[in-house]
Amino acid sequence: MASPISVERWLYPAEAGLYCAPGDFYIDPHRPVERAVITHGHSDHARSGHRAVMATSETVAIMKVRYGETCACAFQSLAYGDIITVNGVTVKLAPAGHILGSAQVVLDYGGQRAVVSGDYKRAHDPTCTPFELVSCDVFITEATFALPVFRHEPARGEVAKLLASMAAEPERTHLIGAYGLGKCQRMIRVIRDAGYDKPIYMHGAVVELTKLYQALCIELGDVRPVAGADPKDIAGGIVMCPPSALGDRWSRRFNDPVTAFASGWMRVRGRARQRGVELPLIVSDHVDWPELIATIAETNAEEVWVTHGRDDALVHHLASVGRKARALALVGRDEEAE
Amino acid sequence: MQAFAHLLDTLVYTQSRNRKIAVLARYFRETPDPDRGYALAALTDGLPPALIGRLPLRRMLAELTSSFIDPVLYKLSRDYVGDTAETVALLWPDTSAQRTNAKPSLHDVIETMRIGTTPQRTDALGRLLNRLDTSERWALLKLLGGAPRVGVSARLAKTALAEAFGRDVSEIEELWHALEAPYGDLFAWLAGRGPKPDLGSKPVFRPVMLAHPIEDEDWPKLSAEDFAAEWKWDGIRVQIAAVGGDVKIFSRQGDDVSSAFPEIRSAFLNLNCVTDGELLVMRAGEIAPFNDLQQRLNRKVVTAKMLRDYPAHVRLYDLLFEDGEDLRALSFTERRARLETWQADHRPPLTDVSDLVRFESFDMLRDIWSSTRDDGIEGLMLKRRDSAYQAGRVKGQWFKWKRAALTLDCVLMYAQRGSGKRSSFYSDYTFGVWRESDAGAAELVPVGKAYSGFTDEELKMLDKWIRTHTTETFGPVRAVSPGLVLEVAFDAVQPSTRHKSGVAMRFPRVHRIRWDKPAAEADTLEATKALIGRG
Repeated sequence: MASPISVERWLYPAEAGLYCAPGDFYIDPHRPVERAVITHGHSDHARSGHRAVMATSETVAIMKVRYGETCACAFQSLAYGDIITVNGVTVKLAPAGHILGSAQVVLDYGGQRAVVSGDYKRAHDPTCTPFELVSCDVFITEATFALPVFRHEPARGEVAKLLASMAAEPERTHLIGAYGLGKCQRMIRVIRDAGYDKPIYMHGAVVELTKLYQALCIELGDVRPVAGADPKDIAGGIVMCPPSALGDRWSRRFNDPVTAFASGWMRVRGRARQRGVELPLIVSDHVDWPELIATIAETNAEEVWVTHGRDDALVHHLASVGRKARALALVGRDEEAE
Repeated sequence: MQAFAHLLDTLVYTQSRNRKIAVLARYFRETPDPDRGYALAALTDGLPPALIGRLPLRRMLAELTSSFIDPVLYKLSRDYVGDTAETVALLWPDTSAQRTNAKPSLHDVIETMRIGTTPQRTDALGRLLNRLDTSERWALLKLLGGAPRVGVSARLAKTALAEAFGRDVSEIEELWHALEAPYGDLFAWLAGRGPKPDLGSKPVFRPVMLAHPIEDEDWPKLSAEDFAAEWKWDGIRVQIAAVGGDVKIFSRQGDDVSSAFPEIRSAFLNLNCVTDGELLVMRAGEIAPFNDLQQRLNRKVVTAKMLRDYPAHVRLYDLLFEDGEDLRALSFTERRARLETWQADHRPPLTDVSDLVRFESFDMLRDIWSSTRDDGIEGLMLKRRDSAYQAGRVKGQWFKWKRAALTLDCVLMYAQRGSGKRSSFYSDYTFGVWRESDAGAAELVPVGKAYSGFTDEELKMLDKWIRTHTTETFGPVRAVSPGLVLEVAFDAVQPSTRHKSGVAMRFPRVHRIRWDKPAAEADTLEATKALIGRG
């Protein structure tokens, strides 16, 4: 049997992004390429203008809603667990638990396995398939919340905080800033699971993606656009909006709202205060520090490559526990958005 | 500890002043003694060292955290969070004990931390932290660390306390400096279970009487013969309380600034009085600029050189107590006569009585006022002759008439989001003036910051202009292209080593928005510097 071909010889950062040379495709490239495998629909991973895109059917649907039907010349959907071979590279998508359709890309070549995890989390999320652990030789991970101060809370408890605040101030509209794809729909779902069944209103920027989630059979109850609704009906209720809208002119239409923000960053008081958030909800779609460390150990990876976020802290920690780790410093990742 | 943590957390995130007061008032009503007293201390002056001694908190925390976290990861975390107490609270391991154990009260915490050697107290702190959740740990470390900085001033905490028990805040202010944490006698009185605490024979702060700025519409309602006029000196308003061989100097807000001015304390030693006056730096009868007085403020140690280079002096305005007799209900005219006699009798060194300004009519007074800037005086005070000395800004009694402002045309450089009602507006403006760069090109250099002086309508227009002229965004701050001239009014320009421009403005505000004026025609740094010393 031939000796294994080390991963760094067939998978490495090129100008357009992370490149698999024998397969001749990129993973989440930040500029248009011939062939791209896309982990999930967030805009710093999924961009328009590639010729051929391979992703889960949900991610393909998200890209089409965001960028239009023709944002790539050809789409190939791959279900979780299906295996295809591209020029001798075996490609499989495994659930990443980040948002609807999010996937880890599992690559086998020359007797070695690399897992490109994209963004992922281990916490429960009723709007997507849970993360699946895949053993590998090289694990390529994000490090968005890679500082030991980050420990995310269970979303259910944070939603209980929201409902308690609504009960305490029933006349004030609760304006919830949440990333428009994934976080927003997850929050709505968890709010429903907590027993809130009144209409939930939406900023225009989150309407289309929320409709898509519903079309893909995620039950979100009665959700309505703010536009066209009677302000009297909205008063005292819940309005979902992108985080940028919290401090925007748009928010002035609500009389003295409680501004809430659902994000892992809300664990740090200064971050919440800086944005003028009155009700911080610590809900994240990324792994927190303990989950990150545990996941890396569970993959049994010999080597860890860190794509974006606090790679300094993670690489330092992994080195101190005797695991080979390095920062890839991929460009084009938005490290703040959550 | 749960209730206190919940209180601090709510205060941190609440922007509305009224809501903060409501939250605090509820806490003060519902929390038992002595915990509410400790909380009150933490939110006002901090826990007094007499209670828990001086804790080497930073060292204790370094010791405790080193057992479970790598120093590099600690430092990266601390840098990110920006606050030691919060970093440790977030990093501390969660254990099952946090859910099962009864939580310590603030009283338990203080009893635990007050005794023992540093290693013993370090262990005790670790055991306390083990019993608390994230937000309780943060609150504990804020409690022990002194100033919690949760967006609540001492004044706001006292206002809430007064509100909670239906009292006037001036009553609490009056008692404040005679009381000690955990304020058992204060709460007993507020709750109607005890007598009003006795101020006894200690020098304590009495709430200060303040003036309203005089507005154009006030003049027709006033008669010249009802008022006395005084110079408004450009120093710091102080109250000096002397009794029983002790002397204290308080700022207008009641902060004890005695230790920074030992020569003034000596001057009042063995007197029995409470006086109101202006603290100044004076050399050979000449008042030095405000900047000189600043050299003496906030000093823990006063050197002989400082005493010599910046000699302090008090110019007296009023006499509140004389030999234990409360004069505050008397009229200004009567108190003034008592002050003059008292000063002539005792002649405390480093003091004099502020002159009255004689005038026949308001027109004549206006002429005097017009020359105050040239005379280096901050303006005039008008005091109703029959006014009693009352706490706070009482309507129609005292007026301040500040000298006319200076103005400069400045260019808007940065805008920052406001807070509370203004959080969706860019309402805080940094502006600059032109200077020649090393390369010879014209460049803007910031000279000040203003967030008032414009109407709500103008704010909307400014906000819109900023959003359409942004060149860069840094968090809540936007840099804008140099295209909008603000006519800025201010009281004075001072030399400053802290600002890149080398100057700092006092009390700047937006006077007019010059939509019409090209930015290139705004003022220069040279012109700005030329105003130093003009007041």
